[in-house]
Amino acid sequence: MSDHNGTWWIWKVFWILLVITGVEVALGIIKPEFMLTQVIGTSILNILFIVLTLIKAAYIVQIFMHVKFEKKGLKYALYLPTLILIPYLTFILLTEGSYLFQ
Amino acid sequence: MASSAEMTQEENNWGGGSRPLGSRYGKLMMWFFLLSDALTFSGFLTAYGLMRFKFESTWPIAENVFTHFPGLEGDQPLLYVALMTFILIMSSVTMVLAVNAGEKMNRKAVTNWMLWTIVGGFIFVGSQAWEWYHFIIGDSGAVETARQEILHIYNDEGERLSFSQVIHGMEEGHASNHGETFSKAEVLAAMKSNEGMYLMEPGKAGAAFTHETSVAMLEAGDVVQGANMIHNEYGQKQFANFFFFITGFHGFHVFSGVVINFIIFYNVLLGTYERRGHYRMVEKVGLYWHFVDLVWVFVFTFFYLV
Repeated sequence: MSDHNGTWWIWKVFWILLVITGVEVALGIIKPEFMLTQVIGTSILNILFIVLTLIKAAYIVQIFMHVKFEKKGLKYALYLPTLILIPYLTFILLTEGSYLFQ
Repeated sequence: MASSAEMTQEENNWGGGSRPLGSRYGKLMMWFFLLSDALTFSGFLTAYGLMRFKFESTWPIAENVFTHFPGLEGDQPLLYVALMTFILIMSSVTMVLAVNAGEKMNRKAVTNWMLWTIVGGFIFVGSQAWEWYHFIIGDSGAVETARQEILHIYNDEGERLSFSQVIHGMEEGHASNHGETFSKAEVLAAMKSNEGMYLMEPGKAGAAFTHETSVAMLEAGDVVQGANMIHNEYGQKQFANFFFFITGFHGFHVFSGVVINFIIFYNVLLGTYERRGHYRMVEKVGLYWHFVDLVWVFVFTFFYLV
């Protein structure tokens, strides 16, 4: 792309992904006591894992898969179905599946 | 030619002008395929989450299941899968570098980075095969009751025992069975002779049983070693089924990615894209390869961390 010079931006994302993964693995091994407090049905640690995962996913999609530099039309065509359907699928399966617990 | 005023109007149509998505057919189709694949994988992972919530108290804890690292003894939770993640991220980086070199029409660099991407993919698939192998042959062994519940053997000090330790004793036995198989009669005899041994449910909040109940449960039940679609020594059968299905489906994506990457690499070697005047095919397989990495990021979190 004309708006990138060299490959530093690729390596920057690589280091970000590596550091986040390192933090995740370290937290997974140590499991700090204070992070095991239960909030909204799971522990703070699990919520942190999910947030870190979404950050990693955003970097992969935006930079590696180049969506950040695409036209607005393509961005909407990709983001809208994903961001509407996946949370909807998760929500409907987890709430409607609650009869399994009875 | 349209006038400049019309051009501005057209350019403003969602930013892409008369080509609103600003993308070529092949790339667009790859994106829509990936979109549908993303929905498939989210369906699998959500189903996994649902089953896991249902059996939350006795669901196997991944770090007690995947504890081996090639060449290292003892418990190495998460290390091996962290290495696999690193390899996949690394091969994703070499893929971006290949695409980047393709845009600059640098054939030598594309060849080089594509080759590294293929190597990374091969190492990942190999690592997954190694992990499957260890999951299938099993580790400590477990008791399956007549009601098909999985229970693990503990001693009076609260240590989890492998069949090897139950039968050969703590000194002689190994923490892992190392492929040795044991019969129900052997385990039963060893358990009867040691009052301190009892059975406990796996997972975060598993219940423990008394020695007498434990012996009775083993007498009515059987011993299981390793994991497959019918028995799973680590705990809930569903865990093994989801593990095989989700990592298997992802592994198949990695494998097909390696094959496709190889075909593109071969074409780069032949100079096909040099003659065509652009390296858009490398970009398209690049999207697929990053998607494989993207899915692994989620599988890693939901299977191994959470």
